[in-house]
Amino acid sequence: MAVFPFVVVVWILGVGLYGIVTSRHLVHLIVCLIVVQSSTYVLLLGVGYVTGAVAPYYFDVPDHTPAVDPVVQALALTDVVVEAAVTALLLSFAIQAHKRFGTLDPQELASLKG
Amino acid sequence: MSVASVHTPYTVPLAMMDVLQVTVLLLVAAAATGVVLTRQPARQVVVLSVYGVLLAVLFLVFQAPDVTLSELTIGAVVLPIILLLTLAKVRKREE
Amino acid sequence: MTPAQRRWIFLVAGAGLVAFYLWGLTGLPGFGNYPGPYGTAILRVAVAQTQATGVVSAVNFDYRGFDTVGEEFILFTAAAGMAVVLRHLRGERDRSALDEAAGRDVPATSGAVRMVALLFTGPAVVMGWWLASHAQASPSGGFQGGVVLATGFVLVYLAGEFLVFKRFSPVDLTDVVEAVGAAGFVATGLTAVFLGMPYLKDFLPLGQYPGAVSSSGTIALISFFVGLEVAAAFILIVGELLDQTLLVRHREA
Repeated sequence: MAVFPFVVVVWILGVGLYGIVTSRHLVHLIVCLIVVQSSTYVLLLGVGYVTGAVAPYYFDVPDHTPAVDPVVQALALTDVVVEAAVTALLLSFAIQAHKRFGTLDPQELASLKG
Repeated sequence: MSVASVHTPYTVPLAMMDVLQVTVLLLVAAAATGVVLTRQPARQVVVLSVYGVLLAVLFLVFQAPDVTLSELTIGAVVLPIILLLTLAKVRKREE
Repeated sequence: MTPAQRRWIFLVAGAGLVAFYLWGLTGLPGFGNYPGPYGTAILRVAVAQTQATGVVSAVNFDYRGFDTVGEEFILFTAAAGMAVVLRHLRGERDRSALDEAAGRDVPATSGAVRMVALLFTGPAVVMGWWLASHAQASPSGGFQGGVVLATGFVLVYLAGEFLVFKRFSPVDLTDVVEAVGAAGFVATGLTAVFLGMPYLKDFLPLGQYPGAVSSSGTIALISFFVGLEVAAAFILIVGELLDQTLLVRHREA
């Protein structure tokens, strides 16, 4: 249990990378990129977890109850929202590539000299 | 650090939390594999939504409700919408 | 190089990467044994210093506000970048729109989808505002609230049609709202500088009860601005993509 979440993080990263390398469709590639990014969220939250602690919100819990690390949660939170915007930008590039070259296959796109 | 020595405000035993976390981690790993192995982009979007919901549950079990909220709205609403719109746009030009 | 060769090279390199990554991660203190001084130090002083019970939002908008400004501007730039990338192509497409749209009919939206989307639009907008304005109290904040708010507008598109969505969120107004959100965040920080304090320091009165809506000074204000900016950015993003797919149909209707 001490290392199992990190094994899952590495698994998700590896699987996502495999999807990116062997992809035949740009949108499939972008979704695999989303999967790779999500592995970093799990890593961030896994690093900050404290056994037996609660969420760092003291609205209904007495002050100074042991809580998990709030800094990594702040990082992961903005990360998730920004990832969606960057994905949208990548998708607009995919649309433009399709208009320009007529194909969305990354392995065909790589060999174009246009 | 043994489980019994941790001071915790939980009402369930700590071992239950461990079991829950391991279960959700396994589900997340399986869903990630499913997302990558689904080659059709239109179907992949649906599997991505499932993956987003499972990730949200994982973040909740890791005591991070803020990140859960973000991931739920982004993964279940915004990402599928922009992906499906892109696919509709691309398919239109292929006709 | 054939795809099969590429796959083999990846498997070898990927195995090496995974091995090193795993080796590095097992050197960490282990899941659940968080040793770090930064998190525990913040937890000890956050509620007393900022009068905010939502420590994550306090970290986001106060202790590490400068990082959040950067992240917000990534969002801003992505929305602007999309407008630039897709707008250039619209000119080319307009000329051949009629040829492409010949003989294409629009399937009607089902009644169930329209009703459910209509029912949820109001609650989504209210929920978005509630989330954006309660950052200091509970698990909420500008980022989540902004996304839920944008979802409300997208539900308008699902319930009605593209033209209704465009009327509710005209691009000019959304641009202005996004700029107000981004500039408001930066201006709040600069106001602290003009008052002789470091950039983004909390200068508003902190309030008496930790976690009340009017407490925690600039955290609530910044969260409101961030909510505006994120909502506007996502409405712009979805609007741009909708323009791409539906411009042709609109011409023929």
